[in-house]
Amino acid sequence: MANGAVTQTQHIPYLAQKGLKSWILTTDHKRIGILYLITISFFFMIAGLTALGMRYELMTPELDFFRTATEYNVAFTIHGSLMVFFFIVPGIAASFGNFLIPLMIGARDVAFPRINLLSFWIYLVGTAILLFALAQPADTGWTFYTPYSIQTGTKVIMITLGVFVLGFSSILTGMNFIVTIHKLRAPGMTWSRLPLFIWASYATAILQLLATPVVGITLLLLIAERAFDIGFFDPAKGGDPILFQNFFWFYSHPAVYIMVIPAFGIISEIIPVFARKPIFGYKAIAYSSFAIAIISFFVWLHHMFVSGISETAAAIFSFLTMLVAIPTAVKVFNWTATLYKGSIDFHSSMLYALSFIVLFTVGGLTGVYLGALAVDVHLHDTYFIVAHMHYVMIGGTVMGFFGALHFWYQKWFGKVFNELVAKAAWFLIFVGFNVTFFPQFFMGYQGMPRRYATYPEEYISYHALSTYGSWILGLGILIMTVNLLIPLWKKGRPESSNPYGSLSLEWQVPSPPPHENFDEIPTVTDWTYAYGKK
Amino acid sequence: MSTHNHTEEHHTGLRVYVAVCLALFVLTVVTVYIAKFDFGDFNIVVAMFIASIKASIVALYFMHLKFEDKLTWIYALYPLFLLFLLIGFTLMETFTRVPVIK
Ligand code: HEM
Ligand SMILES: [Cu+2]
Repeated sequence: MANGAVTQTQHIPYLAQKGLKSWILTTDHKRIGILYLITISFFFMIAGLTALGMRYELMTPELDFFRTATEYNVAFTIHGSLMVFFFIVPGIAASFGNFLIPLMIGARDVAFPRINLLSFWIYLVGTAILLFALAQPADTGWTFYTPYSIQTGTKVIMITLGVFVLGFSSILTGMNFIVTIHKLRAPGMTWSRLPLFIWASYATAILQLLATPVVGITLLLLIAERAFDIGFFDPAKGGDPILFQNFFWFYSHPAVYIMVIPAFGIISEIIPVFARKPIFGYKAIAYSSFAIAIISFFVWLHHMFVSGISETAAAIFSFLTMLVAIPTAVKVFNWTATLYKGSIDFHSSMLYALSFIVLFTVGGLTGVYLGALAVDVHLHDTYFIVAHMHYVMIGGTVMGFFGALHFWYQKWFGKVFNELVAKAAWFLIFVGFNVTFFPQFFMGYQGMPRRYATYPEEYISYHALSTYGSWILGLGILIMTVNLLIPLWKKGRPESSNPYGSLSLEWQVPSPPPHENFDEIPTVTDWTYAYGKK
Repeated sequence: MSTHNHTEEHHTGLRVYVAVCLALFVLTVVTVYIAKFDFGDFNIVVAMFIASIKASIVALYFMHLKFEDKLTWIYALYPLFLLFLLIGFTLMETFTRVPVIK
């Protein structure tokens, strides 16, 4: 066994200590991970309910659920900003990243445990500002495009300020993880033995560290323009509205990879365990995360093809966009090759991982359509975009996230959930997701624009289908959540600390792990993925 | 880490800090002084050039970049590359625009 050297004498689990203070002042990476998990789940729920409201509105062509179109606009702004900035960007990176990175590399904690807690507190301040902002929410959409965000009568400053503050949390977390991965690897945990989740977290951390400041400044400029009338983006004052889009997407395209690279890492962990095979193309998967992290800075103008940018720039960025699909495809092919002739166990987490491969491929390929300049002119700002982004973000990131919840659940909480219910919930989620979003490709292709509360009669069947799908999806997520919550209040511990026979270090410690993880820092002697070698 | 601190102490005594501080003051005075001359389009270039020197010596000495290892240098320089990328492509886009309404 790769990491059999782990010895454990002290068995006081990290969850033993009780009381509010033991949580809000904790510097234990596992507890901080839980704190993130709770907050992001909270925002996932609010934003999800908002989405159900929007889908309910769209079941019929008329405005019937919301009172005004502005209310609908406010709803998609809340949905988008919460999902993006408060759930999916910090999501896996901050929750599972915190929980797993020190355990996987054989460390007692992250490099700067207090800064880690500070990140969480900054995140909380950001969420507090946001909740305050929700009292009078904006109607700009999550992209806060100028000139509308300068002109609208709704309150834009508060919500952008919330996002701005949140950025610092991301930056600090990214910095912390980079230093941790460089400095705290256990003896023998060489770069070529690292779990792929660590490679993925590293690539994500680079993006968090280097891209986030750009959106921070951009939002600050927006606030300055709104509050003090300084002309950054208003042409009448010498500014350029396209400049906002440039700044915004310079961050936000890399940000889509902040959302999804950690999920890539998760899939690379789950698949070999349940296929009982060494991961295929370890190096290719590891390096492709870095390739993505670098290339993703070169494609941002593909969001602006019809914003009035020059044709030369559009053509260049259409070409560059194609490049990012290559390292992404490298991963998909390697996962598939890992499955080939594997002895596959359809554990609930594996079902999520397999769904990831299928759904993310649909999302990624439709991204390539959108990157093709001529096609995008037709598809831009239609439901095709909505479908694309949900296939990559739900089909990709959220599937990875749910998969991770099921995979590391025993380890993290020291409890066991009902596997049958988990599978049933997965089924509803998989079906519900596709029923909700697949029709959106068609209606987008036929011209249904995004961000409208009403629409012509002819789209009704697509919209209605999509709304029914959202109920199935919602039900699935509800069942999954309940199934994962119930065991937390029940007594009992998992029978084994390594039920799936993983070789990775985090499975060699008890479930839940003790405070500081390892009595003695283990010495790693083999590759993390040496399945079936013995 | 400990070996690091050692070399650091070696190189940056109080005198270096004071010298850097003085240099910053002098360069500030220079910036203000040359604002009196009009270099046309190059006004911004001259001002940015001096500002960059100031930023560099702050990073090198006050922030100890000079004594750091390669990895830290990469993390310090890569964002500069990204900055050029952002400004470069944004300007490229602006300069290649063709007026639609003639
Ligand atoms: C194979 C890689 C991908 C390519 C080539 C690609 C391409 C594109 C393009 C060209 C657009 C702009 C379409 C338009 O507005 O007209 C777009 C939109 C979008 N993509 Fe992707 N994409 C890829 C992967 C991803 C991933 C992995 C995510 C997130 C996890 C993502 C999230 C989004 C989002 C959120 C939007 C919509 C932004 C908005 O609100 O306007 N994409 N994608
Ligand atoms: Cu993009």
